[in-house]
Amino acid sequence: MPRKEIGLESTIDYLSILDTKGKPDKDLEPRIGKELLLDMHRAMVRARRFDEHQLRWQRQGRLGTFAPVIGQEASQIGTVAVLDDQDWMVPAYRQSAAALWRGTPLAGLLLYNAGYNEGGEIPEGQNDLPIAIPVASQIPHAVGIGYALKQEGSGHLAMTYFGDGATSEGDFHEAMNFAGVFNTPTIFVCENNQYAISVPREKQTRAGTLAQKAIAYGIPGIQVDGNDILAVYSAASEAAERARKGDGPTLIECVTYRMAVHTTADDPGKYRTQKEEEQWQKKDPIERFRKYLTARKLLNKKKIESLEEELEKEVKSAWDEAEQRMAELDRHPEVMFDHLYGEMPAYLGTQRKAMTDEDDDANG
Amino acid sequence: MAELTMVEAINLALRQEMEKDESVHVMGCDVGVNGGVFRVTDGLCDRFGEDRVMDTPLAESAIVGMATGMAVKGLKPVCEMQFSGFSYFAFHQLESQAARMRWRTRGRYQVPMVVRMPYGGGVRALEHHSESREVYYAHTPGLKMVIPSGPRNARALLVSAIRDPDPVVFFEGKLIYRSFREEVPEKEETLPIGESRIARDGDDLTVVTYGAMTQRVLEAADVLSGEDGVEVEVIDLLTLSPLDDAPVAESVRKTGRLVIVHEAHRSFGPGAELIARINEKAFYYLEAPVQRVTGYDTIVPYFAREQAYLPSVERIVAGARTALEF
Ligand SMILES: Cc1ncc(C[n+]2csc(CCOP(=O)(O)OP(=O)(O)O)c2C)c(N)n1
Repeated sequence: MPRKEIGLESTIDYLSILDTKGKPDKDLEPRIGKELLLDMHRAMVRARRFDEHQLRWQRQGRLGTFAPVIGQEASQIGTVAVLDDQDWMVPAYRQSAAALWRGTPLAGLLLYNAGYNEGGEIPEGQNDLPIAIPVASQIPHAVGIGYALKQEGSGHLAMTYFGDGATSEGDFHEAMNFAGVFNTPTIFVCENNQYAISVPREKQTRAGTLAQKAIAYGIPGIQVDGNDILAVYSAASEAAERARKGDGPTLIECVTYRMAVHTTADDPGKYRTQKEEEQWQKKDPIERFRKYLTARKLLNKKKIESLEEELEKEVKSAWDEAEQRMAELDRHPEVMFDHLYGEMPAYLGTQRKAMTDEDDDANG
Repeated sequence: MAELTMVEAINLALRQEMEKDESVHVMGCDVGVNGGVFRVTDGLCDRFGEDRVMDTPLAESAIVGMATGMAVKGLKPVCEMQFSGFSYFAFHQLESQAARMRWRTRGRYQVPMVVRMPYGGGVRALEHHSESREVYYAHTPGLKMVIPSGPRNARALLVSAIRDPDPVVFFEGKLIYRSFREEVPEKEETLPIGESRIARDGDDLTVVTYGAMTQRVLEAADVLSGEDGVEVEVIDLLTLSPLDDAPVAESVRKTGRLVIVHEAHRSFGPGAELIARINEKAFYYLEAPVQRVTGYDTIVPYFAREQAYLPSVERIVAGARTALEF
């Protein structure tokens, strides 16, 4: 009866392509069309500027609490960019960059963050699930959607997002296991932004990486520099190819950093140092990508300026649009009863009517 | 005596119990270094160390499951669920294990554990952060369900909950976490679990409520006194399970009229149980149908409209007038 090393089938790679100066590793540099490269750059900047404005509006009391994406633009855009319209995207609550890429309107996110249920509407034809706040609860859905896509034999896939903290929840482990067992076309994107609110990644698990959790479920895992959009895109492309071919799920750990607050109710000064924040500032995914694009002569100062101007206008006009909708919506609290069931049961109709009548009384 | 918010008062209870009793542990997401997302556990980690103030990985089921094991082995864990809306991840541990351990082992083991959680609406929070689903816990045999209504009783009840030999679910109203201060004595104070209090005396109408809604009910009582010359007796339940129905029945025998106010959903809510008990204990004294002023039977809307969901002072006054005018 021997005692010998089992010799696990899988090992875990770490992938990084752009250095902090934006210089690519020539052997690893993916071939991405110019148009897509510029689209990705634009999407990253758009998500960041949008959040910067939102943070301001939140401070002025115009928006409620929300979770900024700032710092994680590469890990989201680099992954979501491999999806086509028939693929599905299953987000948590910090995936505004990915959602915007997929077609969520800025004004919709503003409505959501201003506390209107209408902000949760998903445009027809956009195959995304809604924002999911209970951590990890959305992950099994991407396995179910993947399973259904596989049944259709369409070659499409489901991609889901979650944070490092989420890898501690049962839903994450159960979903990974199911994906392995049913061999579903599911890409698990773990955005390891180093913190779950105040709890650092080291306190979340004693494992050296999050990617290695894939090994236990018999599926491939990879760790990538999440602030390097070329690395993220390469890993996501590989995973997508695997899924489309019928070779099943992949776990991608994007090592990144939440450069802003957890949510606007949070004070990072309580649990991390300014020095650490500055260190990560130097790895800013947008800056790094810009250096690369500039070196390739796809981008220059002028182009950046005009993009910034265009986005500034777009965000402001989105606010105007959202504000106008809010004014129209304000007077209808009874929408809280709508869409609870396919058909409204009588007792709810009664409650809804009581609320409308009360409203009428109040308005004379 | 110091004037404390409910957050500070709960912090005081935790600190003093941890000082007195080495077996008391605090555990949950962000309760240590960060002092809790509402700062309820602020300073405890510095004072008692990471072994007793445990920042856990993000897994509610394991928090409550591990705490159950700790409690069986003689420790007294006080778990924090960051919001009651995330406690369902731990529900099976509470329902299938913690609540049944004593019963299942015929008294050999007990689970002296507290599971604290912020609940309720009115603070412009996100989805899942505004609900009042105390009924899930009050409905579960083997659990006790406590909901304080202010700093002083929160402190006293939490001390009792920590010392209680059974698992206690302890709801803390976010709306009243910092909205007012009360004198809270430094000296130890406890309140018995399972006893309500008369928050205001009156002869004309009984209003029963608990938790964050108590403030609104008291406001409504002032309106009724000023505008209608009606004196309302307000009963603040403090504990939902075991439910202290005797004082409610006694009050109804005096006033003949009853209104129940809670932000929990209306159907199958605490109001329904109270009405059944009053039917059993004081039916012949009722002079009007019992009125319920509650949250509606829908999911709490996103915050732009949550005030329309919550019982307002106006809705409470209107409910009271319906009961009075019958
Ligand atoms: C089940 C559950 N528990 C607790 C919370 C409160 N909460 C919101 S975000 C968060 C941390 C999540 O960290 P992570 O998964 O790393 O994602 P990040 O927020 O960093 O993107 C916590 C504890 C929640 N939303 N859901």
